Amino acid sequence: MEILVQQIISGLATGGIYGSVALALVMIYQATDVVNYAQGEMAMFSTYLAWTMINAGLPYWVAFFGTLLVSFIGGVLIERIVIRPVEGAPILTIVIVCIGLLVILNSVAGWIYSYIQKPFPSPFPPRPIMLGTVVFGAHDVGAIVVTLVVLAFLYAFFRFTTLGLAMRAAAQNPLSSRLCGIRVGWMLAIGWGLAALVGAVAGMMVAPIVFLDPNMMSGILIYAFASATLGGFTSPGGAVLGGLIVGVIENIVGTYVHFIGTELKLTVALALILVVLVFKPSGLFGRAAVHRV
Amino acid sequence: MAALLEVRGLHAQYGWTKVLHGVDFAVEEGGITTILGANGAGKTTTLRAVCGMVRTSGEMRFDGQSIAGRATEDLVRLGIAHVPEGRGTFVNLTVEENLRLGAYARASREGIADDFAAVYGYFPVLASRKTQLAGTLSGGEQQMLAVARALMLRPRLLLLDEPSLGLAPLVVREIFRIVRTINRERRVSVLLVEQNAAIALGLADDAYLMETGRMVQSGPAAQLRQNDAIRRAYLGY
Repeated sequence: MEILVQQIISGLATGGIYGSVALALVMIYQATDVVNYAQGEMAMFSTYLAWTMINAGLPYWVAFFGTLLVSFIGGVLIERIVIRPVEGAPILTIVIVCIGLLVILNSVAGWIYSYIQKPFPSPFPPRPIMLGTVVFGAHDVGAIVVTLVVLAFLYAFFRFTTLGLAMRAAAQNPLSSRLCGIRVGWMLAIGWGLAALVGAVAGMMVAPIVFLDPNMMSGILIYAFASATLGGFTSPGGAVLGGLIVGVIENIVGTYVHFIGTELKLTVALALILVVLVFKPSGLFGRAAVHRV
Repeated sequence: MAALLEVRGLHAQYGWTKVLHGVDFAVEEGGITTILGANGAGKTTTLRAVCGMVRTSGEMRFDGQSIAGRATEDLVRLGIAHVPEGRGTFVNLTVEENLRLGAYARASREGIADDFAAVYGYFPVLASRKTQLAGTLSGGEQQMLAVARALMLRPRLLLLDEPSLGLAPLVVREIFRIVRTINRERRVSVLLVEQNAAIALGLADDAYLMETGRMVQSGPAAQLRQNDAIRRAYLGY
């Protein structure tokens, strides 16, 4: 029983990270109909920036918020410079541009920082937290809290600010948005910036667990795809919840189904994608896309 | 009265297809101008040209300054509000959020609360549905919402594209009554495009008749109403 609770909590911790990356994917998908395959590598690159700042002697939280700022600006620039020129191009073109971006970011990170794994600090104390007889890793609990705080901020931003409202409007109905005076192109760029920021948080939260290297996000991106597919690519809240579910399922299956263990965990995510796509393609909370013909 | 909007020799095309062939018209400050014509005459394109949504050549002046070739988002900031064909509702946002978006580009943040009160006064049904998703409104209510959203800009010029389309006659009359009130009380000039010539001529001060991308007749609305050819072709009596 205690093992189960611990597995659930650590599942929620990694699930929150999957959910964050899934949320970043969904944010860009909703605004631009683009699945950003480079989302994971963007997060990885952000985490290296944080590592550089921390190594230069900055306190953790200064580096953390500095990384968020730089990542936001980086996301905006990527949209303006790389994505903008192919706006309106066939979907395959955009997919290839995103994959190109993935390869570039991965190689540049490898070239600058090498492919050797680096330890990445956790801001949370190393000693475990005891709740009754159950022991939790402080980083697990901290990662859940950080993820929830980020989500609460995003929710408040989209729900209560005029800029957030304008971004939702631009994603839904670009033409009407222009007639309201909204500069739709900039809204998309800000969307990329925010997605990069959310990804950066996920990267910094997962790096203490998986170690920092240029390929650290490749598996996580697949879990994030599974999360977004499960929750629904049209539902930000669903994507996060999907992430938590995937994190918990992955841990429980890894622990209790012996032939899967840790080696076949990723297969569970892929199988989940397949099952959702076959039985409920719009996901748990997504809307089916409706096109007028 | 000086013309608020003056258009001369306006040409427009979609791809290789020319739609407007040298259109001239004007909207007087504080006046209501209507452009009548059959389907495909180029009425909607004319409105889209005025708010920078199609490529054009020719001269367009708003309040004396040239607006040809300017971006839609900038024209909105000059006070040109467009109620598009199909109403342009943000269906997944609430009624109130739709109205907030209408106020997004207004010149001054001041008086937003007053304007919310004013549009809820014009359209009480919207007040009772504030928190409802706009997509759940009926067609008539969505048209009201579209006009209300445009008013939140505090526009100087209101462009209305076929507000009567697909609506019950009673609802149409209600909407036109409110457009007249807005025009009189708030001194908003109106450019109205309509297929329903009878109701449009009843509302407008000036009227133009459009056929295949050209203005073929123009004059005071009262005068066009008396014109035999127009009566037979567009009013049906």
